[in-house]
Amino acid sequence: MTVAVSVENLSVVYDDFRALDAASVQVEAGESFGLVGESGSGKSTLLRAIAGLAPVSEGTIRVQGRELRGARRDKAFYRAVQMVFQDPYGSLHPRQTIDRQLMEPLAIHGISDGERRILKALDEVGLGSGFRFRYPHQLSGGQRQRVAVARALILEPSILLLDEPTSALDASVQAEVLNLLEQVRRDRKLTFVMVSHDLGVVTHMCDRLAVMQEGRVVERLTSADLVAGRIAEDYTRNLMVASKGFRRVAETA
Amino acid sequence: MSLATETRPLTRREWLLSDRPQSRLQARLGRAYMTWRRFSANRLAVVGLLILLGLCFVAAFADLLAPHSPVIGNLAGARLLSPGSEGYLLGTDDQGRDILSRLIHGSRLTLAVVVLVAVIAAPVGLIVGAVAGYAGGWIDAILMRITDIFLAFPKLVLALAFVAALGPGIENAVIAIAITSWPPYARIARAETLTLRNSDYIAAVRLMGASPARIVFRHVIPMCMSSLIVRVTLDMAGIILTAAGLGFLGLGAQPPLPEWGAMIASGRRFILDQWWVATMPGIAILIVSLGFNLLGDGLRDALDPRESGQ
Amino acid sequence: MSALLTVEDLRVSFPTRTGVVEAVRGVSFTLGRERLGIVGESGSGKSQTGRAIMGLTPLHAQVTAKTLAFDGIDLLSAPPKLRRDLRGKRIAMILQDPKYSLNPVMSIGRQIVETLRRHEKISRAEARRRALDMLAAVQIRDPARVFDLYPHEVSGGMGQRAMIAMMLVAGPELLIADEPTSALDVTVQLEVLSILDKLVAERGMGLIFVSHDLRLVSSFCDRVLVMYAGRIVEEIAASDLANARHPYTQGLLNCMPVIGADRHPLPVLDRKPEWAL
Repeated sequence: MTVAVSVENLSVVYDDFRALDAASVQVEAGESFGLVGESGSGKSTLLRAIAGLAPVSEGTIRVQGRELRGARRDKAFYRAVQMVFQDPYGSLHPRQTIDRQLMEPLAIHGISDGERRILKALDEVGLGSGFRFRYPHQLSGGQRQRVAVARALILEPSILLLDEPTSALDASVQAEVLNLLEQVRRDRKLTFVMVSHDLGVVTHMCDRLAVMQEGRVVERLTSADLVAGRIAEDYTRNLMVASKGFRRVAETA
Repeated sequence: MSLATETRPLTRREWLLSDRPQSRLQARLGRAYMTWRRFSANRLAVVGLLILLGLCFVAAFADLLAPHSPVIGNLAGARLLSPGSEGYLLGTDDQGRDILSRLIHGSRLTLAVVVLVAVIAAPVGLIVGAVAGYAGGWIDAILMRITDIFLAFPKLVLALAFVAALGPGIENAVIAIAITSWPPYARIARAETLTLRNSDYIAAVRLMGASPARIVFRHVIPMCMSSLIVRVTLDMAGIILTAAGLGFLGLGAQPPLPEWGAMIASGRRFILDQWWVATMPGIAILIVSLGFNLLGDGLRDALDPRESGQ
Repeated sequence: MSALLTVEDLRVSFPTRTGVVEAVRGVSFTLGRERLGIVGESGSGKSQTGRAIMGLTPLHAQVTAKTLAFDGIDLLSAPPKLRRDLRGKRIAMILQDPKYSLNPVMSIGRQIVETLRRHEKISRAEARRRALDMLAAVQIRDPARVFDLYPHEVSGGMGQRAMIAMMLVAGPELLIADEPTSALDVTVQLEVLSILDKLVAERGMGLIFVSHDLRLVSSFCDRVLVMYAGRIVEEIAASDLANARHPYTQGLLNCMPVIGADRHPLPVLDRKPEWAL
């Protein structure tokens, strides 16, 4: 198997705050890889650093074998790697129709069959052409997230970075979006790198995962290990217990 | 709802307000119509718009509307006639020129000043602010320090200095006003850009591989437009007053041009005995300034960016 | 069980440009000294139900009910002064994000003292002592230090504990918690919940727990109301949740990805229009 994304000893420093501290992960081509942690663990920063949206101070990032320097990325990178953001209300331009937002990446990359690609992308995410000329405020949260997925897929990337793609959505809508993501992954043989604070979502979506805490990777394990409780670190165990929900402590006395 | 709208043809209104537009044009028109509905709900704003449309109309047909020549007066028989005199509705000035005709022709100058300043100052401020805000770092520092230098001088004093250097005249007055009025726009545009810069939708466009120029011009600037339009409209009254002020000081339009500020200046000599000579252009300035302010207020409500949030 | 709160046919509607939007459409329930969960997705009217009881509905909205009585007091006809006195003293509310619900320019301790002194005539020293006790009761390790901190100086979990302390210091009989832990990390969530649980049990308060998370609510409450489109579609004992009858409740339970359950694709909710009737 080839390596799709390889991150070695990556550090990201904002002013005095070390958001990411020598973190390393390896994502194989075609797999779905999860990054789990609580707020401030650096999981989203890692994703943004890969995308060139965070200032890297040390370490190397390789995507499909090519090393990326600084925050500069070339057009080939953007055709290979795309991202879906957490907040469907913030990730679509409020003054542009869906059509215009889907057209933009095609215009940037000089792709001519825009008409066909837009209709295909909308169809693929289950929206249909009726949504094409709407503005984001005319859509629900789940529909917006579908548009965001369509926008990420329209350049036909092979790696999709997912930053908590469903945490802002209702549970029933989350299920729909997760199913959609699984389906496009199957259809297009995509590599996923997915960030989430929800162990349920990550074990559902990913084969392997890395648990992060305070900018560091504390444990790497497979979803199967996690489910079976083959956990090495206390922190991971804590997360696991917490995600099972509230337990009333038995009255002792 | 669905059945009813499917079986009978849509009225034009329903077509505009449709939740599911079928074409780019329909989406755009629908949006414009919603903006218009919010704008027209404000009566005073519509009054402001009507005043300005009136100004444009008068300026366009000045030759037909003006009963007399604005520059050639009747020195022999019609000096300093009071308003309501035979053939001179608003009276005449010291050179026997019809004040109404001068006001009508002066509207062209006022409109020209306003349009030229808006066309020069607003884009400059917008681009400087958006570029500074988006680029950050030393580009931001340099552009904003330049802006600060301009902001540090009182507007009229700086304009006076420019006109004094460039020489008096309406063109130079316009240039001077434009030079002194862009910095506040740059500040506004920069502040808006700073809040947009870290938003996810700008990050998404960056991830498509868009160049910084494309991001600034196609994605950031359209978001700054509405607050800028409102601000420029509200500033128009000030610009008219500055132009009039320069005219009044003899540094703007030169005689015999019927510029309103210059008219007040020349009328001030007779203000006690022939009050109308200075008052009539003053009222014209007042009405047009009021029109711009009312329009600006209405636009603030109509173009409120929050409207598109939910 | 004596009813602490009686709600009958509660309706909350908002006039908008396009017509009246009914957020809550005829909700009825009674609450004793128990833990009641109200669950629903966004737009189900769950939060507006809590706010209407608290009297925090926006001014332009209309609230009507056949009965909305707290301990025999008709809340809708109560004079504003009485309502203000009830609020904080006998009915309290915890909101989702402490960042927005604590006053940023007042220290945490002073906010608690203010709350207390508004409702009870006690000396400053006495109020301070009770505030410190309350901070200790929400398991803040160093109450004297936290007393002088400002809201931005504490973490989300600490802020929410301070919020709980502030709300419970006057000894309310009814607590409305609107998504009290949704803004917190999972591990912190549980701590805050167990503190809340302990205090509610010790003081014998009535609790209304509003949340989108059906599993969390059912593990925390005695009884659960499931809301959909402004109405209660199902009322069920928390222990009996597995036997929920309404397809919406079942759908909500099923659509969550669960660790260890290998379901691809996840079952999705097929919303039937008749649920909203």
